[in-house]
Amino acid sequence: MSELIVEALQIKKAYGELVAVDDVSFTIAKGECFGILGPNGAGKTTTIRMTYGFSPLTAGVLRVFGLDVSRHARAIKARIGVCQQDNTLDPDLTIIQNLTVFARYFNIPKPLAVRKADELLRFMSLDHRSHSRAMELSGGMVRRIVLARALINQPELLILDEPTTGLDPQSRHQVWERLDNLRRQGMSILLTTHYMEEASRLCDRIIIMDQGRILVQGKPTELIREHIGKDVLEISSPAADLRTYIRLQKMTFEDLGDRLLVYGDHDDHLYRYITNRFCPEGCVMRTATLEDVFLKLTGRGLRE
Amino acid sequence: MSKGILRVWQRNLDVYRQNWKISFMPPLLEPLLYLAAFGIGLSGLIGEVSYGSGKISYLAFIAPALLAINIMNNAFFENTYSSFVRMYYQKTFDAMMATPLSVEEIITGEIVWGATKSVIATAIMMVVLTFFNLIHYPTGLLLIPLAFCGGFAFGSMGMYFTGIVSHIELFNLPFFLFITPMFLFSGTFFPLEGMPPWAQVLATALPLTHLVDLTRGLCYGSFAKSFPLALGYLLLFSLVFYPLALNKMRRRLIK
Repeated sequence: MSELIVEALQIKKAYGELVAVDDVSFTIAKGECFGILGPNGAGKTTTIRMTYGFSPLTAGVLRVFGLDVSRHARAIKARIGVCQQDNTLDPDLTIIQNLTVFARYFNIPKPLAVRKADELLRFMSLDHRSHSRAMELSGGMVRRIVLARALINQPELLILDEPTTGLDPQSRHQVWERLDNLRRQGMSILLTTHYMEEASRLCDRIIIMDQGRILVQGKPTELIREHIGKDVLEISSPAADLRTYIRLQKMTFEDLGDRLLVYGDHDDHLYRYITNRFCPEGCVMRTATLEDVFLKLTGRGLRE
Repeated sequence: MSKGILRVWQRNLDVYRQNWKISFMPPLLEPLLYLAAFGIGLSGLIGEVSYGSGKISYLAFIAPALLAINIMNNAFFENTYSSFVRMYYQKTFDAMMATPLSVEEIITGEIVWGATKSVIATAIMMVVLTFFNLIHYPTGLLLIPLAFCGGFAFGSMGMYFTGIVSHIELFNLPFFLFITPMFLFSGTFFPLEGMPPWAQVLATALPLTHLVDLTRGLCYGSFAKSFPLALGYLLLFSLVFYPLALNKMRRRLIK
C-alpha cells in the first residue's frame, strides 16, 4: 500500500448542539487527488478545516503525514498549502508582497522567497501583475494568486476549499489547467467542490457528504456505474403508459413529475423503441454523470 | 513562539512603511495643534500650575500629558479598529492561521505592533516637544521604553474589545466609556489635586492617570515616589488584559 498523506478516522465536529461532521473516515494516498462533494452545509469546509489544523476535532483521530493534527499542527501546516474559500489575499500589500510576506510566515529566507514568488507568478501567468493590488484584479486572477501563495512553501499536500466557485468558465479552466499540471508533478490534493464537472475532471477518488456524514466513497467513474449506470434517458412530459412500461421492464428511474429520468445500460435499440412508441416530443439519451449520482443521493430539495 | 510574533509584526511594518509619509503626520501635527490651542491659547488665561512643591507653566504641564494620551490612542486605535479590519474584513488572521503561525503569535504580534505604533508616535512627538524645550534629557529617553509598556497595556485592552465586539461600530462604546473620560480626567489638562476626593480616587483607577504621572516625571527629569506604583499598575493592567485578549481571540478565531 502506498504512503498515506491523510488518515481520518471517525472524525467528528460539533458546535454545541449542532453536529457539523459526524463519523467521517477517509484516507488520501500520496499523489492522489481527493474530492469532497456535498450540498451547502454538508460539512465539507469543516472537514478540511480540521485537516489543516484550523478547527480542533470533537472526536476521532486525524493524521496528516502520519502526524496527529491535534498535537503537531505547526509541523503539519509547514508542509501543506491551503486555499481557503474566502479571498484572504492581503489588500494592504502588492501581489508580489503577498507572496513574499506569506513566505516569511514559513521562515523562508528572502532571496529564496523572491525567486519562488517570481516563479509561481510566471506559472500562473501573472508575472506582469506582480505590483498590482488584489482589488485591481479579476476574480480569476485573485484565485490564481491565492493558489500561487499556497504553493510558496513547496507543500506536499495542497488543500483547496471550493477553488473555482464564482469564477467564469475561462478562469475555471485556467485554474483546472494549473491543478492538472500540479497533479502530473505528483502533488497530493484535497479539494471540496460542488461542481461535479470539476470533481470528475480532477479527482481520483471522491466522497459525497450530506448533513455531516459520508454517503458514498469511491472513484467518480465507478460511482456513476454503480449508482446510475452507463447512461440516462431523459423524457419530458412522460405519458402514463410509458411509466407502466418502465415499471414492467423493472428499470431504475426517477420520476420528477414533468420529467422522467431512466437510468441504466440501455442500448440504442431500447432508446429507439421508447422514442418511437412513447415520445412524440423526443427523448434525450446522454452519458450518466456524477451530477446524476449526486442528485440521486442527496436529493433535489434546496439547501438553504 | 518569538519568531512567529516577529513575522506578524513585520507584516504590519511592511504595510506601515508603504504609507509612512501619511502615517507619521498625525503624531507630528497633533501635538503642535494641542500646544497651540491649549498651551498658547489657554496658558494666557491660566498662567502657572502647581506641580509637586513648585509651579510650572501650563505648557510644561500639558506637554507630558499629550505624550501619554498619544501612547494610549495609538495602541488602542491600532488594536481595535485596525486589528478588527484585518481580522474581520480582510481575513488576514485566517490566512495566517493556515501557516505555521499560531493564534497566540498572531495576537501577540498585533499587540506588539500596537505598542510599536505608540513608540513611533512618541519618538516623533518628542522631536517636536524637544524643540520647545519641554523634555529634560537624559531621563526623557526613558519615554521610549515607557511608550512600549503603555502601548502594550492599552493595546491589550483594545485587543480584548476586538475579541468581543460583533460589529466595528461597537468600538464607539469603549472609546466613549473609557478613552474619552480618561483623556479628560487623568490629570491631563488640570491637576487632580483640585478635584473632590472621590474624583481623585476614581482617577487613580484609570491607567492613563498613571501613565501621565510617569511621562511627567520623565519629562521634568524627576522620579516621583509614585513611580513604582504607577509602573506596577501599568504592568498589572497588561497582566490582566493580555491573557484576556488571547482568550477572547482564541475563542473568536478557532472555529
